[in-house]
Amino acid sequence: MLAIKTEKLTKKYKDKTVVKDLDLSVNKGEMYALLGVNGAGKSTTIKMLSCLIKPTCGDATLLSNSIISDSTKVKQIISVSPQETSVAPNLTVKENLEFIAGIFGFSRAQAKAKTQQIIDQFDMKEIENSRAKTLSGGWQRRLSIAMALISEPSIIFLDEPTLGLDVLARRDLWKQIEKLKGKITIILTTHYLEEAESLSDRIGIMANGILKAEGTADELKKLAKTDDFEEAFVRIAGDEI
Amino acid sequence: MRTLVFASRNTKEITRDIFTLIFGILFPLVLLVLLSAINSSIPEGAGMKLFEITNLVPGISVFGLSFISLFTATLVSKDRCTSFILRLFTSPLKSSQYIAGYTLPLIPMSLLQIIVCYIASFAFGLKWSANILLAIVVNLPTTILFIAIGLLCGTVFNDKAVGGVCGALLTNLSAWLSGTWFDLELVGGAFEKIADMLPFVHAVNAGRYALYGEYSKITGELLWVIGYALVITVIAVMVFSYKMKQDK
Repeated sequence: MLAIKTEKLTKKYKDKTVVKDLDLSVNKGEMYALLGVNGAGKSTTIKMLSCLIKPTCGDATLLSNSIISDSTKVKQIISVSPQETSVAPNLTVKENLEFIAGIFGFSRAQAKAKTQQIIDQFDMKEIENSRAKTLSGGWQRRLSIAMALISEPSIIFLDEPTLGLDVLARRDLWKQIEKLKGKITIILTTHYLEEAESLSDRIGIMANGILKAEGTADELKKLAKTDDFEEAFVRIAGDEI
Repeated sequence: MRTLVFASRNTKEITRDIFTLIFGILFPLVLLVLLSAINSSIPEGAGMKLFEITNLVPGISVFGLSFISLFTATLVSKDRCTSFILRLFTSPLKSSQYIAGYTLPLIPMSLLQIIVCYIASFAFGLKWSANILLAIVVNLPTTILFIAIGLLCGTVFNDKAVGGVCGALLTNLSAWLSGTWFDLELVGGAFEKIADMLPFVHAVNAGRYALYGEYSKITGELLWVIGYALVITVIAVMVFSYKMKQDK
């Protein structure tokens, strides 16, 4: 079953087309990485799919709900972990999680129970009472992803989840993301090609607002006639094939 | 329920900032102490009544409320300028719930600030009367006015600019043009006319008349404040709703 289906999804700003006729299908439970250089249209695609901006034309359905006509329903089933760490700085880890559960409509008791569950899942017991602003970058990012998951979304958008983290924190977060595979549909945007290669079921490469190619990492390497994924990305995104 | 959850988060964000305590409560109290000390040094025969406690406390309480604008604006602009707002925008919260969630925590905070000011004034000679309760109540439209100014500034400016506009400009404007620190009639001319067209002096006068028990004069002063509060609230809500769409 499809979790996401876009049909000729297009976004224009005045005479500049940022995303053009995007036809994309993502299966339920799949981890799909969207790659592209800066300005390729990844973030705009994520913003349209998460109902932050309206497409100029075309449509997308998320679990059969249109982003244009059913945006309220879409917002109930998705969650976004934005590129920068987005936590409430003066709230503790526990309070941040309970806050997000609350605005997604969970009762106080449910929010507390969900919070404990997600704290255990993300090994955050030792920092649960620490204020978010006092946490390291790695912990803040982990909290940010946990906040995106507490509302029990069917689809989650992880926008550059490991950007700016050191290698250890990045690997640590990868483990957390890997645990989610198969349970919910994940759309991941990243500049770290090895991240996309090792974590994703399928990868889409965008350039100049167009989806240039998609498939597994092996399929993309085969398409670009190379054994190196970075080289494959350069050839596909750089219009060499 | 969602509004209350958001309001609760905003309350924690504001009250856990040490500057809230310093500027919201301590600074007005320090001013009260200093100006009362100045007043006690003025000879009785000098006829200087501006710093007498019944004149002073309504002015200080209005001046203190200008910091409420700063707290509101800082919170809104910080949320806007970080990706935290993206997380909120992809949640089921609606425009009206954002505005209510930002506004609700500031009302009890403002009331607390005013009440602390009046309680402290007992130490400087304020005598208890029911008029004090009336003076506190007539500050409510002023509270709404300053919250709306904060919401508007937080929506339009980034967090750095907010410090300048609300932290410096608004606090100074509300101080100079309110008749708290000096008698506006003594300056006269355009300065007095401008001050008279703005709400600050009327907010202070309404509090003073309430304390004096000159009830018939309150309404005229309060209408200025209510008018400004209504207009700025409507503008703030419209600009906030517009910017919500833009910021995405």
